[in-house]
Amino acid sequence: MYLSDLAGTRHSFKDLKALLAAATPFRSGDQLAGIAAGSAEQRVAARYALADLPLKTFLQELLVPYEDDEVTRLIVDSHDMAAFAPISHLTVGAFREWLLSNETGGEQLAAIAPGVTPEMAAAVCKLMRNQDLIAVARKIGVTSAFRTTLGLPRRLSVRLQPNHATDDPRGVAASILDGLMLGCGDAVIGVNPATDNIETARDLLELIDRLRQRLEIPIQSCVLTHVTNTLELIELGAPVDLTFQSIAGTEAANRGFGVDLGLLAEARDATLALGRNPLSDNVMYFETGQGSALSADAHHGVDQQTLEARAYAVARPFRPLLVNSVVGFIGPEYLYDGKQITRAGLEDHFCGKLMGLPMGVDVCYTNHACADQDDMDDLLTLLGVAGVNFVMGVPGADDVMLNYQSTSFHDALYVREALGLRPAPEFEDWLSRNGLIDDTGRILETKDAQRLLLDHLDHA
Amino acid sequence: MPDAPAPGGDPFAALRRATPARVGLGRVGQGLPTAPMLAFQLAHARARDAVHAELDVERVRAALGGSSLVVHAAAPDRAAYLADPDLGRRLDDGSPVLPRGDFDLALVVADGLSATAVHAHAAAVISALIARLPDWTLAPVVIARQGRVAIGDPIGAALGARAVVVLIGERPGLSAADSLGAYITWDPKPGRRDSERNCVSNIRPPGGLSPDQAADKIAWLLGEARRLGFTGVDLKDREALADGPVTSRLGPA
Repeated sequence: MYLSDLAGTRHSFKDLKALLAAATPFRSGDQLAGIAAGSAEQRVAARYALADLPLKTFLQELLVPYEDDEVTRLIVDSHDMAAFAPISHLTVGAFREWLLSNETGGEQLAAIAPGVTPEMAAAVCKLMRNQDLIAVARKIGVTSAFRTTLGLPRRLSVRLQPNHATDDPRGVAASILDGLMLGCGDAVIGVNPATDNIETARDLLELIDRLRQRLEIPIQSCVLTHVTNTLELIELGAPVDLTFQSIAGTEAANRGFGVDLGLLAEARDATLALGRNPLSDNVMYFETGQGSALSADAHHGVDQQTLEARAYAVARPFRPLLVNSVVGFIGPEYLYDGKQITRAGLEDHFCGKLMGLPMGVDVCYTNHACADQDDMDDLLTLLGVAGVNFVMGVPGADDVMLNYQSTSFHDALYVREALGLRPAPEFEDWLSRNGLIDDTGRILETKDAQRLLLDHLDHA
Repeated sequence: MPDAPAPGGDPFAALRRATPARVGLGRVGQGLPTAPMLAFQLAHARARDAVHAELDVERVRAALGGSSLVVHAAAPDRAAYLADPDLGRRLDDGSPVLPRGDFDLALVVADGLSATAVHAHAAAVISALIARLPDWTLAPVVIARQGRVAIGDPIGAALGARAVVVLIGERPGLSAADSLGAYITWDPKPGRRDSERNCVSNIRPPGGLSPDQAADKIAWLLGEARRLGFTGVDLKDREALADGPVTSRLGPA
């Protein structure tokens, strides 16, 4: 039982997860789960109680039972007490102040990451305003590398997302070439396939690999299919750079995705064994999103933002190249409008970075959510300031296969220009060598460069 | 405009021919030229209008002809419908009592996420489907306001039907705001899982399936369901029926 006395009114919260849920900024998913604060005052009362709670509480009181859930076991068993030591005496409220302090820099933040459990990250997140989430996240640098190096200071990379309703190779190639000409693709060229067909996935991987070799582009590719399909692709000798999987913050929700920690480890080992880049062990790509556990009826009464942070705990031991929240994709029953999506995007980026993960965000919405491209402009700009590692690049922001709107190649150019951000260095060199950008990093439209790329459409 | 594409032929025409994605849009500074920016806004506006369009029940009844019944799901309005999917899966307490009978099949028309799609295609699909089911005893068509796919379960159960087909407006994308889906469920009753249904999606002439093509697929699935005594993933797997896209993306968008 947790109590908060405010001017004569006593607010009580029956346990730690009820306290966390009540302290969360309002969102439709927690309302749907029946765990949101009952009033605006109760929400702030929960924050008062949370602010006084020692961080150590989260090591003693578990939100999802240890015996029932392998994600909880992973969190507890891999917790690094030495890394936790510098913050072990703090309450959640004091932890917020420690994070914001000018005395706390990137090195200290990186050092405590293995000591920060997802529940601690989620708890402090609930006490932070949007500007706090940005101010702290931008102090944290998390780099990862395959053929490009991602997450370096003053850099913003883009996942080129060339989806096509029937996986037509020429159609996919057209979107890839369009994106490359607009300076995008340095995070990954990642296709969501329209079906689970293995042959099609292999064709797409080979298509991108031919393009990479022929044009000598420093990029990596991925077909975002189920991990068991990727294992099959590896078996077949397909050129698999990265293994993708959607993950969530509880064992039961991951079972809904058809995965567990053992399967993810097996997939990582198989991908590493291909040795496509012996210098890198960052071969995993994970996607997450608030609400996925509730939608799988696997939320254990825990609020969706805390469960999202637990998904990052699932990702952490696998040393991924890329992790992104698909923040507005899950639907308005979880994040109702632009305000909720914006807040959640900043939360996800902050919590992931605080836990040491190379975070990107799919700044996006579906057509039944109350949001539009102006909301995406706002969130994209905020995340650019916060130092997000990568965002999506979808032709014209319109994904014609998944039927939702994300950010476009043009949007990436806008945010790079507005904030003085550059692509990953290896990719920037390639763009420069091929006359696709000028000295300031702006896109050039020289005929030779266009022809070089457009000619490739006929090789697709 | 120094940023405009090179004169003398549009180098991006080949890209645009290769995909319906918004490629080769041109560029002003880092941003979009005005024409493609407005084209996007128009497509989004149509999608939003479709999501919020009110089902015109009289129009649908007139198009259907014959007798039909009207029910309301438990969602009082669109805002509640969007915030709590379960409300769209249950019947409102005020809905009329449905006549129980010895029916092979119940047909349900629900607004879903696009009343626009229902207005455009539902009656044509129902009529094409009925023509293909001469030996099926049909319950009166039920029109459901604020319904989701699973509203067919309580309706089918109340009617005592052995199967239900729910025609429902699909979530609009930017390329189409009028796409209709058909969900087939054997032995409908509350609690059925989505994996126990079969789906024919993307019914939207001329870009997607025509009413006749859709009716062919639905009738075939119904025949198989009657033969096997179930619907769902096992039926689909066995016949590898060309279906809607299967994606590995998170969640029920």
